[in-house]
Amino acid sequence: MDFFKRHFFVALSAVLGLIIIAYVGVQGNLQLLFGVVVPYLAALIFVEGLIYRVIQWARSPVPFRIPTTGGQGRTLPWIKRDLGEKLDNPADTPHLIGRMALEVFAFRSLFRNLRTELVKDPDNPEGARLIHWSYKWLWIGAIAFHYAFLVVILRHLRFFTEPTMGFVLMLDHVDGFFQFFTPAVYLSGVVLVAAVGYLLFRRITNPAVRYISLAADYFPLLLILGIGLTGILMRYFFKTDIVAVKELAIGLATLHPKLPANLSALFYVHLFLVCVLFAYFPFSKLMHAPGVFMSPTRNLTCNNRWVMHVNPWNYPVKFHSYAEYEDKFRDAMIEAGIPVEKEQ
Amino acid sequence: MAKTPTPAELLPGLSYKPPEKGWMDVKPDFRPGTYCNPASPKWMDWISYPYAQPRSIPDDNWGLPQDWKEIVLQGMEDRLERFRSLKVFFDICVRCGACADKCHFFLGTGDPKNMPVLRAELLRSVYRRYFKTIGRALGEIAGARDLTEDVIKEWFFYLYQCTICRRCSLFCPYGIDMAEMTLLGRELLASVGLNIDWAMASVAQCYDKGSHIGAPPQAFKDMIDFLAEENERITGITTPVSYNRKGAEVLFVMPSGDYFADPGTFTMMGYLLLFEHIGLDYTLSTYAAEGGNFGWFISHEMGKRLNAKIYAEAKRLGVKWILGGECGHMWRVCNQYMSTWWGPVDFLEKPVSPITGTRFENAAVHKMVHISEFTADLIHHGKLNLDPQRNAHIKLTFHDSCNTARGMGILEEPRYIINNVLPEGNFVEMPPNTIREKAFCCGSSSGINANENMELRMQGGFPRANAVRFVADKYGVNHLGCICALDRATLPTLLQYWVPEVEVTGITELVGNALIFPDEMERTTDLRDRDLVGFGEAEEAGEEEE
Repeated sequence: MDFFKRHFFVALSAVLGLIIIAYVGVQGNLQLLFGVVVPYLAALIFVEGLIYRVIQWARSPVPFRIPTTGGQGRTLPWIKRDLGEKLDNPADTPHLIGRMALEVFAFRSLFRNLRTELVKDPDNPEGARLIHWSYKWLWIGAIAFHYAFLVVILRHLRFFTEPTMGFVLMLDHVDGFFQFFTPAVYLSGVVLVAAVGYLLFRRITNPAVRYISLAADYFPLLLILGIGLTGILMRYFFKTDIVAVKELAIGLATLHPKLPANLSALFYVHLFLVCVLFAYFPFSKLMHAPGVFMSPTRNLTCNNRWVMHVNPWNYPVKFHSYAEYEDKFRDAMIEAGIPVEKEQ
Repeated sequence: MAKTPTPAELLPGLSYKPPEKGWMDVKPDFRPGTYCNPASPKWMDWISYPYAQPRSIPDDNWGLPQDWKEIVLQGMEDRLERFRSLKVFFDICVRCGACADKCHFFLGTGDPKNMPVLRAELLRSVYRRYFKTIGRALGEIAGARDLTEDVIKEWFFYLYQCTICRRCSLFCPYGIDMAEMTLLGRELLASVGLNIDWAMASVAQCYDKGSHIGAPPQAFKDMIDFLAEENERITGITTPVSYNRKGAEVLFVMPSGDYFADPGTFTMMGYLLLFEHIGLDYTLSTYAAEGGNFGWFISHEMGKRLNAKIYAEAKRLGVKWILGGECGHMWRVCNQYMSTWWGPVDFLEKPVSPITGTRFENAAVHKMVHISEFTADLIHHGKLNLDPQRNAHIKLTFHDSCNTARGMGILEEPRYIINNVLPEGNFVEMPPNTIREKAFCCGSSSGINANENMELRMQGGFPRANAVRFVADKYGVNHLGCICALDRATLPTLLQYWVPEVEVTGITELVGNALIFPDEMERTTDLRDRDLVGFGEAEEAGEEEE
């Protein structure tokens, strides 16, 4: 099997395997394990793992201030910089916060994305030329995916509190605005599955991206696709007892877990996949979420020339001193009329 | 030396389709013309670099030390502990591929391992294998692989097909910077004796003598005195230069490319004319005779060992502040590292232009002003007497140097100068996706502008040249301006290959052309002895319309 197939099918088998484990487990009356133990375990691994990993990163210092500058720097006062340039080359903390906010909330760098292609051009002596154009599809896919996922997660908060928080109800209302089906179809769920589908499709069909993709790239996409599809199945096709789900969720959240009797196997599969996602998070590329906050090319102010950056492990180095230099070239320097420190 | 294929031979073979085989199973093809020669032991001895011995790339045995594997892995561990950047960049890549078609080497060679994401994976796969539990346990399926001699060879091949230009890091949604990984990867290679000759020779010469060409002090003085005489011959203005003069107000540091080879020398002539025009109290140093920092192409430490000379000399001479010439990586180093390495710099003063009184607040700590800032400030205050018509024969486009564009953000100053020294309409920009922060690299920076890898250099520079070709065809551009000495060293070769009708020029050269002195000779040529348009008796009315 070639590299792509190996990595793709390992990821696919892993997700299918997880589904089977949960299904078989529930058939074998392991509800307590999948409904209580695994969720707590996953939450624990997620929180501890996340903190551990971030501390691991933070233990290494940032020896040099190396922001990538994306616009005119702050130099002479009369050189005008528009807001975009001030954010892409932040000279102070407010603009740095702005840069990070744009990066985190709007995926600013990805928004810059271009596509470059080599096209035939008989007018060129070499017969071809490069063309570059703005290419927003990846950005759209990424934004759609992340925001849909966020809305889905927030929507699920309604299972955890009684009464349901006001903003969650509002979100629910807006999200279910399109009432062409009963129950009302959540836009976020549809967008989530569509966006994950696009990202997966792109990963498989774009030859360059397929070439670099590892099992660790397919696995989270397939896992999230599984979560989304089981969720949709539960909501629209194989109705789940919402009251029972809420009972379980509130029990878990208040540390008084109760196991309602009438939860379907489909629900347990859904829950298990979610737990795996949480537990997997800290040890995977999904750490790009906290990581972007710690990226030294983005989270540092571009003020090297007027605020000194300190390197905690800065150490003296051996260099060729002027005295050594003059000793070597003194005669020639005197002859050439170049001033010296010592005449002989 | 390998024969370099012509442009028409090169392009038809270019495809961005990856091979069938997975990348872990593909070995690099060390074809002559695509790699740099390993460093001669002589240079490595000069700067006490380890495991110096003659090496040859086509040989199977690269003469690695016995415990090379331990050295490399220990080196990787050390760097993970010292550079958060490395740890974070190793861990958070999602392989989205946004960086892939941003790299000029990928666009020029079509080799998938030149996609920054995959170039990084060459290192990351080893990191996963030895530093990550999942990589240790699952191996290839977790994207991990053993560190073998073949992997080292692959690193050598591809880490020297990266010019540390950071175009990928601009587009990366997490700011992952291949330049940082390339630098640290090259440090690992150097730790087992693998360096490239062109960079190493330059480093050794800079270290020992003062500049990458290895000119001793008297030769340095001769070269610059000669350029001053050239100024006098062409303009009638004497531009006397002082060397190692204590008590000067300003120490001027320029890249050595500006005084030893065309077309950099014309930029040097421009500097001298400019300083004479404003009566600047400055001196040059034969000791800090190289602004360009070739050491940084090899390791952070070597960068520091070379950079040391600038502040040391400024202190010894007792100048007030430092003025830096047109150089890309010199400025990236001075911006990103210099004050961290040596600061605080109390022996210098906050730079103030003696001509305009402008306080360079943006250089308050590292006390070094960029020549383009300095010149733009002079023009803004009306201190330069300029005749743009003397540049009427020049139809210019401007190449933003990667280091000043993405490493500090000097974009407007050179453009402001250009617009003031060129007649209106003589400056056109290349397509917007190829300039400013999105500029394409010259393709030969970071120590790889050797001769033996010419095919690779022409491939790497193809995206840049292609944008030049566009404005040359569309607007009749005949000059490519830049504020980088490596550009002035590499772009003429590149353009000769892809767009032979375009020449390369520094921006201060254009300033030198345009400066009017009260007691100058009648000017009929530019600094390159080319006839001016509309000046002198040779000019006839009929020709002007061309």
